[in-house]
Amino acid sequence: MSGPTVPGQPAPSAGSPSSPDSSSPRRSAGAPRTVRPPWHPTQLFSPARLRQLGVLVLLGLLAAVVTGPTGDSDHPLQAARDAIVDPRIVLFLVLAVALWLVVVLGGELRALVVRLATPVRGPVGAAYGRRGGPIVLNLVLLAAAIIAPMLFSTAAQQSMVNDIGIYALLALGLNVVVGYAGLLDLGYIAFFAIGAYATAYFTSQTAMPWHAPFTLNPFFVFPIALLLAALAGIILGAPTLRLRGDYLAIVTLGFGEIIHLLANNADGITNGARGAFGVPHLSIHLLGIDYRWGIDPLPYYYLLLAIVVLVMIAFGRLERSRIGRSWAAIREDEIAAEATGVATLRLKLLAFAIGASVSGFAGVLFASKQFFNPQSFSLQASFFVVAVVIFGGMGSRLGVVVGAVVLQGLAFYLRDKVAPADRYIYFGAVIVTMMIFRPQGLVPSRRRRREIELSEAGVGAADALGVAPTGARS
Amino acid sequence: MSRGGSHRAGARGGGDSGGAGGSDAGGHAVPGARRPSVVERAGGESGDPVVEARDLSLRFGGVTSLDGVSLRQRRGEILAVIGPNGAGKTSLFNCLTGAYRPQQGSVTFWPQPGQPAELVGRRPHAITRLGVARTFQNIRLFPALSALENVQIGTEVRQKYGPLSAVLGLPHARRAERDGVRRAADLLDLVGLGHRTHEQAASLPYGEQRRLEIARALGTDPRLLLLDEPAAGTNPAEKRDLAGLITRIAGTGVSVLLIEHDMGLVMSLATSVAVLNFGRMIAYGPPSEVQRDPAVIEAYLGAGADAGSGPGSATRSGTGTGSGGAGPRNRKELG
Repeated sequence: MSGPTVPGQPAPSAGSPSSPDSSSPRRSAGAPRTVRPPWHPTQLFSPARLRQLGVLVLLGLLAAVVTGPTGDSDHPLQAARDAIVDPRIVLFLVLAVALWLVVVLGGELRALVVRLATPVRGPVGAAYGRRGGPIVLNLVLLAAAIIAPMLFSTAAQQSMVNDIGIYALLALGLNVVVGYAGLLDLGYIAFFAIGAYATAYFTSQTAMPWHAPFTLNPFFVFPIALLLAALAGIILGAPTLRLRGDYLAIVTLGFGEIIHLLANNADGITNGARGAFGVPHLSIHLLGIDYRWGIDPLPYYYLLLAIVVLVMIAFGRLERSRIGRSWAAIREDEIAAEATGVATLRLKLLAFAIGASVSGFAGVLFASKQFFNPQSFSLQASFFVVAVVIFGGMGSRLGVVVGAVVLQGLAFYLRDKVAPADRYIYFGAVIVTMMIFRPQGLVPSRRRRREIELSEAGVGAADALGVAPTGARS
Repeated sequence: MSRGGSHRAGARGGGDSGGAGGSDAGGHAVPGARRPSVVERAGGESGDPVVEARDLSLRFGGVTSLDGVSLRQRRGEILAVIGPNGAGKTSLFNCLTGAYRPQQGSVTFWPQPGQPAELVGRRPHAITRLGVARTFQNIRLFPALSALENVQIGTEVRQKYGPLSAVLGLPHARRAERDGVRRAADLLDLVGLGHRTHEQAASLPYGEQRRLEIARALGTDPRLLLLDEPAAGTNPAEKRDLAGLITRIAGTGVSVLLIEHDMGLVMSLATSVAVLNFGRMIAYGPPSEVQRDPAVIEAYLGAGADAGSGPGSATRSGTGTGSGGAGPRNRKELG
């Protein structure tokens, strides 16, 4: 995929002298093809591939050094010596080679399978054929998700709910904005905060100084928070969605900070930096059923899992509807989309509102689960959600969930291993590695992968960030 | 807005793809005998206008792109806009479709006879929904979507179902979805891309991308189709197919407004020709008259040129320079 062939460039040496077709230079300029070169075993060990292996091994060594028994960035040499005599270095090297196999050979193998399976229609047609995705794989993953928490400690379960589950939901929502509509929203966590504070406002008389004159069951706050967050999304989006790319990112960044600072500084309303304490847990009292989600993380986990699966199914349908196609059109060429009758502004606003409402929804779950303070809604959290989406694979529902699992899993793993201040170094390293070798993300969507391949060949406007800078071209 | 005959393009045109196209295009004379029937089918009289631009002026800073251009197209007509590079042809298109807003002048469009609508000040998508579709000079497809999906985006433009019906899979949403796919597939057949349905738009050859763009525009069910240099960069065989396609489209009651540098194509297709130069319209009339107009000859060949070798002979000799040389300059403009 990151191979040396760039289809957009006509090969000057081979093409021009022997070409009998007079229109061929023009054709190659206008219609770069994405035809892979014929497969050959020697490709596996091309210099580029070996270089990738080398880089990964180096990264593995580095990771071994810094996570070693005395892993400490202040004494790197000491750490290096300890790490090299430590048996864990084997693990890291195996991981590095495994990553190489997945990243490099995975693509080759898939291409080979597709070639063998569909000699006539080619990879694109074949990929298009199975719309529902591999059902068996989905079921296996679902089963794994159901069984997984039983194998872990309570602390890990706690993290699976608070970090992985909530962030998977957040990433699914942001995926609509970034992955489908191609808008970069850096203040996404603000809607999460709106959901959380709405929960505190409506469900408890004591959590914040400011509260509703009545108390609601947290379940009733779900629709309220959904609407409130969607409304906030529309209020933020209506004047700003005319902006393109970078400008929109800046505005949303500002919005996120405004909400964060409001929550942090309005002592008399939100209880300021001390945070809201004592929001009741979720509970059902209906038709004789009387159930209360308590301190045990497992029931929360399964509730979240059910919600995440439902949201994934819903967004899958949305993506395959005319609305999803319109978003793809906006992403790929906004001017052409507008000329084809797509109400671009309204659809972008819709994406914004849908993303925001998911975020608000997640906020209710978060608030009813645990104590929270404005720290949870910092800029860093916003960036983290964006990182999860990009890492997992923009536009891919399974991808962003896997992204949340991997990145938050890494955070949980590193919690006891390294100093908290060092943790983001590892995130940075992982994400940088990812962007170099696999810009389309861990589990990319087919559409997105095609767009990125095309933009590498110089066609279309999609890049790894999904922001189509159409303004520059008009 | 009643759109009873919305499937006609696909249904009627689909049968005679390819073969008929060649024979239509080959003819030099305008097939005048067919015109009245087209107008009847479109449900209007022959003088009935489909679009009228009045006194359009468009300036970019100190550069005047359009200078008081007025233009009127009759329903069912194929009107060609020609002119040297930078004459303002694409600017005119952009004013008609809402991409640019002219500083002065108005554009009236009649989706149905007797129902005028002002286009200046509307957003492009609103104009498309009224029934004006366009293609772009430098092809602007959705490159990573399949050919079918490209056209579907056009056919789904007026569908009403919202996100909730899509998520819940309500019957009316499913019906609309199926309808959109069927119409898109019909249109792909119409433009001769039936065998490319699931291929990625960017992987199609150049000429097929041009036709796919036309199919996408037709998907929006237009009354007026604006084609911006549809033959640019295509080979002679593709040009013949294209001429046949345009004739068939016009035959279904869609008025076609055409920017084209290929004089052979213009002369064989157009019922009327408008010539722009430096943002002004310098000639308008049937192709045979425009061809002999001294102002046109001067615009194309410069003052003092031999009157005998005007755009009339450019039909044959000037074709290559016209379409080939058009690129660099105009390509910078929008669309």
